[in-house]
Amino acid sequence: MGDFTFFLETTISGLMTGVMYSLVALGFVLIFKASGIFNFAQGVMCLFAALTLVGLMEKFGLPAWLAIIATIGVMIVLAWLIERFVLQYMVSQSPIILFMATIGLAYVLEGVGDLMWGSDVKLLDIGLPQGASDWMLDNFNIYVEKLELVAGVVAAAMVAVLAVFFQKTRIGRALRAVADDHQAALSVGISLRTIWVIVWSVAGIVALVTGIMWGSKSGVQFSLSLIALKALPVLILGGFTSIPGAIVGGLIIGVGEKWAEIYVGSLVGGAIENWFAYVLALMFLLVRPQGLFGEKIIERV
Amino acid sequence: MTEHSKKIGDPLLKVDNISLGFGGVQALSNISFEIREHEILAIIGPNGAGKTSMLNVINGFYHPQQGTITFRGEVRRAMRPYIAARQGIARTFQNVALFKGMSTLDNIMTGRNLRMQSNFFWQILHYGPARREEIEHRRRVEEIIDFLEIQAIRRVPVGKLPYGLQKRVELARALAMEPELLLLDEPMAGMNVEEKEDMSRFILDVNEQFGTTIALIEHDMGVVMDISDRVVVLDYGRKLADGTPDEVRGNQGVIDAYLGVPHE
Repeated sequence: MGDFTFFLETTISGLMTGVMYSLVALGFVLIFKASGIFNFAQGVMCLFAALTLVGLMEKFGLPAWLAIIATIGVMIVLAWLIERFVLQYMVSQSPIILFMATIGLAYVLEGVGDLMWGSDVKLLDIGLPQGASDWMLDNFNIYVEKLELVAGVVAAAMVAVLAVFFQKTRIGRALRAVADDHQAALSVGISLRTIWVIVWSVAGIVALVTGIMWGSKSGVQFSLSLIALKALPVLILGGFTSIPGAIVGGLIIGVGEKWAEIYVGSLVGGAIENWFAYVLALMFLLVRPQGLFGEKIIERV
Repeated sequence: MTEHSKKIGDPLLKVDNISLGFGGVQALSNISFEIREHEILAIIGPNGAGKTSMLNVINGFYHPQQGTITFRGEVRRAMRPYIAARQGIARTFQNVALFKGMSTLDNIMTGRNLRMQSNFFWQILHYGPARREEIEHRRRVEEIIDFLEIQAIRRVPVGKLPYGLQKRVELARALAMEPELLLLDEPMAGMNVEEKEDMSRFILDVNEQFGTTIALIEHDMGVVMDISDRVVVLDYGRKLADGTPDEVRGNQGVIDAYLGVPHE
């Protein structure tokens, strides 16, 4: 196998891992944009969604499509509950308090997921194609997982839908308004509570999609919630408020860590994948703290 | 120019015995007054008199501990911002509260939000009824843009605009709601003479052409005396006077509050 083919395979595999990171980061960005809350529970929401999906399929024998619809329903109810019992009491609290609340939320969700569906590693098979793509292998002699291709397509579609949602719809406009200024949004008759339920629902659905992709790849297990940690450097790279930023940031980190592992890893004793993203993020914080696409805060003086 | 020949009518909104405190600070005590249909009412008073608190009570940001608000014949213990907006109360803010990342056009369009009805799915597709509706609302917004002479900044993110224009965009957003009652919190603060004249003209035009009732807070006495039909004077959370500009100008309590009372 040629060096170049190997390089391509590494890159593609990195891109696909990156797409997964992007998906998690996307959930963060949505909630951060619309409410200024850094949602620590986003990773656990992925786990919770995947657990619910597997549980519904295994315990109730629902077909995959029905289970997915039911899980979307569960995520919407969850969003409503979060607004009703947590966020409602947190209006105009400082960001750090909201952040703490989401940490609490993460533990509650994890516990509830455990309680309902058990803590063993579960296989998630909703019929997504597995194994290598023969077509890529035959035509380009490159090894790519089919699942990764599907993930790429799904992520692209989701970003496109979200972009239209934010830019073209009345609710999208209201979401952006709430993100900019709570008081002004209230004064034009936008209901904060409705907007929050909507945005947490959307984040819940994004979490479900992420959960399905990761779960199909490596099983549904507790470690799924830890990918949220990888989303942090992605957000620092891409900027906390930018949807394109989340995507590009995810791809850069995905590819970057694969390259680093293969071309630099042997020099430093391996396991570079575990920390590369964080070092990259640290460098970004020093040079460009608002991220690649983040809005630079301009203070008028 | 007058399409509505201006006729001041019955009370549109009434506040009765409103008291509002924050911990130990009494922001408003026992305030009662009314805003009559089609009039321009100015609320004046020294800094910290409770003017902005009063507006916040009227549109529901603050809930008073005591008193009632009567709007369109309905008596309430307190307003809620969402209900106020629904019922036709729009407002602007002392420190310009705009959606800074959005364009002038999008900012004004948020004012139409409550009036948009079309189905969510049509909107995503940007087709059918949603498209017609969007076009209709855009047309209304363009009228307001022409009216306030801000055509040139349609596409500019408002965060980049100078202060005077931001104030104008904020007024445009409020007008887009086609309010019955418009609350303006220091619409001319920080403006130069020319900008103040423009803003005064806009306020008078809105009042005359659309028949909108306006309650405004302003510090510039020249402007207040020129454009308002009635003046309410607040000081330390109490109401000092309430009447036509001339009556208020001659009121001894008001003169004392503004110029100070000589110590014997």
